[in-house]
Amino acid sequence: MSRPEDTLPPDLFYNDSESRKYTTSSRIQKIQSDMTRRALALLSLSSPSLVLDIGCGSGLSGEILSQADDEGTPGGPHVWVGFDISASMLGVALEKEVEGDLLLADAGQGVPFRAGTFDAAISISAIQWLCNAESSEDSPAGRLSRFFNGLYASLRRGGRAVCQFYPKNNEQKKMVSSAAVRAGFGAGLLEDDPGTKNAKTYLVLTVGGGDLDG
Amino acid sequence: MKLLTLNFLTCARRTCKTSPSSFPLHPREAELEILESELNLVFLRNILPRLMWSELRGIGEELGLPSLPESPPSREDLVTKPSPAKPSSVTEPSSVEEEGGEGEEVPSQTAKDLHRLLLETTIKEGKLVCGNCGHEYAVKEGVANFLLPGHLV
Ligand SMILES: [Zn+2]
Repeated sequence: MSRPEDTLPPDLFYNDSESRKYTTSSRIQKIQSDMTRRALALLSLSSPSLVLDIGCGSGLSGEILSQADDEGTPGGPHVWVGFDISASMLGVALEKEVEGDLLLADAGQGVPFRAGTFDAAISISAIQWLCNAESSEDSPAGRLSRFFNGLYASLRRGGRAVCQFYPKNNEQKKMVSSAAVRAGFGAGLLEDDPGTKNAKTYLVLTVGGGDLDG
Repeated sequence: MKLLTLNFLTCARRTCKTSPSSFPLHPREAELEILESELNLVFLRNILPRLMWSELRGIGEELGLPSLPESPPSREDLVTKPSPAKPSSVTEPSSVEEEGGEGEEVPSQTAKDLHRLLLETTIKEGKLVCGNCGHEYAVKEGVANFLLPGHLV
């Protein structure tokens, strides 16, 4: 199976039928929610926070963010703002009446929030898309830099972000994490089930802190 | 879109980043909707120092909402301490429990008003306009469109 990000940009790939397929597959939902919970554990929020969800899609992670601490969301319920480049994915989120605010936005264009807005940010299976330049006037390096610079500024000091993503190869992994470091983040890469086809990569980012163990 | 979010959103254009008038974005032809949600006292307390109060007041005025006091409430203003003599059954039901087992904290009217304004008052349709460049971001079904054409990024 070819990787979706190698064929079409996400706004074209996640058209209505793909969005529905993506969100109704229980296997994908399970993987997404496991990864969200893992990311939340890495964020270690201790009280209700304002959280940015980058590439929120149909709100699978958002629904977890909205859950209370005793439902398994550390420090929850959190208030979240999600953005996604796919209008049809956001349409599915609207149908589900998720509690977070939704924005149609391209992370590769930046993060349009004032400095110090968010306590934390989460991103599940999204930022590998930034490595695709969809037009001649844009480059993966430019998109990554606008995203990480914007994310860095939008987090409060001491804030954290955890981005789970699917790097195509080691080179891409390095390209993404070094773009984060250049933006000012302390960055650590964490890999679950390394070397298997279920390998999951988490980029753990801190603002105003040192590097994390990973 | 919640008014809370509007208190943090800026124009997405890079050339507006350095201009103070790119925040806040100004709602135009806005259709408001109240979407009720559970009040979360700990969250309100957390977010309070991060609000840009005078901008929030300004937006409220632009939307024709009841005017806000000139200065923001303090964290203490958000809670009503129940009097010990009062039987707990007549106090407001609240899911927020104070840590340390001192009993329930009751959200004050100020907290309820702030919750209503920030988390329940939403812009359903309309547009958000940058005070610097004049760019209009459309809001449809509560979702703002922040996709910029390539030459504006
Ligand atoms: Zn502008």
